[in-house]
Amino acid sequence: VKIRLTVNGEPREADVWAGESLLAALRDTLELPGSKNACEQGECGSCSVLLDGDLVCACLVLAAQADGHEVTTVEGLRAADGLHRVQQAFVDAGAVQCGFCTPGLVVATAALLERNPSPSEDVIREELSGNLCRCTGYTKIFDAVGLAASRT
Amino acid sequence: MCSYRIFALVEVITPRTLDEALRLKAERPDARPIAGGTDLLVELNFDRARPETILNLVEVPELKGWARDDGALRLAAGLTYTEAMQGELAELLPALAEASRTVGSPQIRNRGTIGGNLGTASPAGDAHPPLLVENATVEIGSARGIRTLPLTEFFLGPKRNALEDDELVLAVRVEPSGQPQTFMKVGPRNAMVIAVCSLAVGVDRERGELRAAYGSAGPVPALVTAPLDERDGFPDRVADAASPIDDVRGTAAYRRHALQVLTKRALDRVLA
Repeated sequence: VKIRLTVNGEPREADVWAGESLLAALRDTLELPGSKNACEQGECGSCSVLLDGDLVCACLVLAAQADGHEVTTVEGLRAADGLHRVQQAFVDAGAVQCGFCTPGLVVATAALLERNPSPSEDVIREELSGNLCRCTGYTKIFDAVGLAASRT
Repeated sequence: MCSYRIFALVEVITPRTLDEALRLKAERPDARPIAGGTDLLVELNFDRARPETILNLVEVPELKGWARDDGALRLAAGLTYTEAMQGELAELLPALAEASRTVGSPQIRNRGTIGGNLGTASPAGDAHPPLLVENATVEIGSARGIRTLPLTEFFLGPKRNALEDDELVLAVRVEPSGQPQTFMKVGPRNAMVIAVCSLAVGVDRERGELRAAYGSAGPVPALVTAPLDERDGFPDRVADAASPIDDVRGTAAYRRHALQVLTKRALDRVLA
């Protein structure tokens, strides 16, 4: 099935299997491997993207459902003059170990700060509860979120 | 190399109006409806389901949001948990809002819908207990017309509901009681938890009734009621009404015990 959607601000077309997830379409057809594929059941958040501005797991969206809609992946967060401030904060705080969860966490954090520019620690924990870091590097990840918020 | 995935014939059809959706469901009764996809995509990703036809309902405007309707609330099937957690709706149906906050993660709550929760009819569906306590009815549609069913009659067994092949869940109707109510859920962590058991409790002073509904403690979520003055025996009554099983998430004995404890705590909360 052919789908037309806006990805990171650009109109794109993709020919995908009708039973395929948005994540598979992004990675395999649209050549955007930033969103990671891990659990394929919405548990880990490493495929987090924005669909019409809402944070979702790309593995749980049928690619065909994104037809006519707007998707932002971690690749699309990069600012023209360099890294997105959330990405920069993750670098500066050392909030990366193996790096597999990082794209999802960056997208989830960007979505959080968009809605709530100065979230409390409790809110950060709740809002990032759908993103697992199996290196358990959460302390530095929460530091990075605080750092990104403080630079607004 | 060609994989099985590429050759499995799947067709996605996307109606733009409710009439079209109902007509398509009548023509293709085997079509699997999809809204948020939080259940069906797991089946697809793990090769557990290969429906020939998927009926994509996310473009049907009549299935979105909620509205007041003649003193009642009409929660359209496509209402997300995120929407149920917010604003006026969270004030009108506080136990449903609490239950919605316990669903999955922000990502899941942005996609998962009340109608999908009913359609899947899992004994562990988080929206079911608070809706049962609030005496909800289900609005079911097909090309033949619309019928309503009390939610208590909608669940027939684990993942089985009263929908005919040509029918779709259109909405849930609730007359908010405005009475104290709460929701509790037992699980190994705060997020991404399928309930080990869950419970909604409300006290309806107008009817003089204690109302509790449990999830994940029997083949279907179920309602238990008692007169207001039978508070002391109510926790045991709820635990006795359940028919839990041993499974990967917990034992029957633990679930029964937990329901008894949760009912006691919930009564303290709603009768405070």
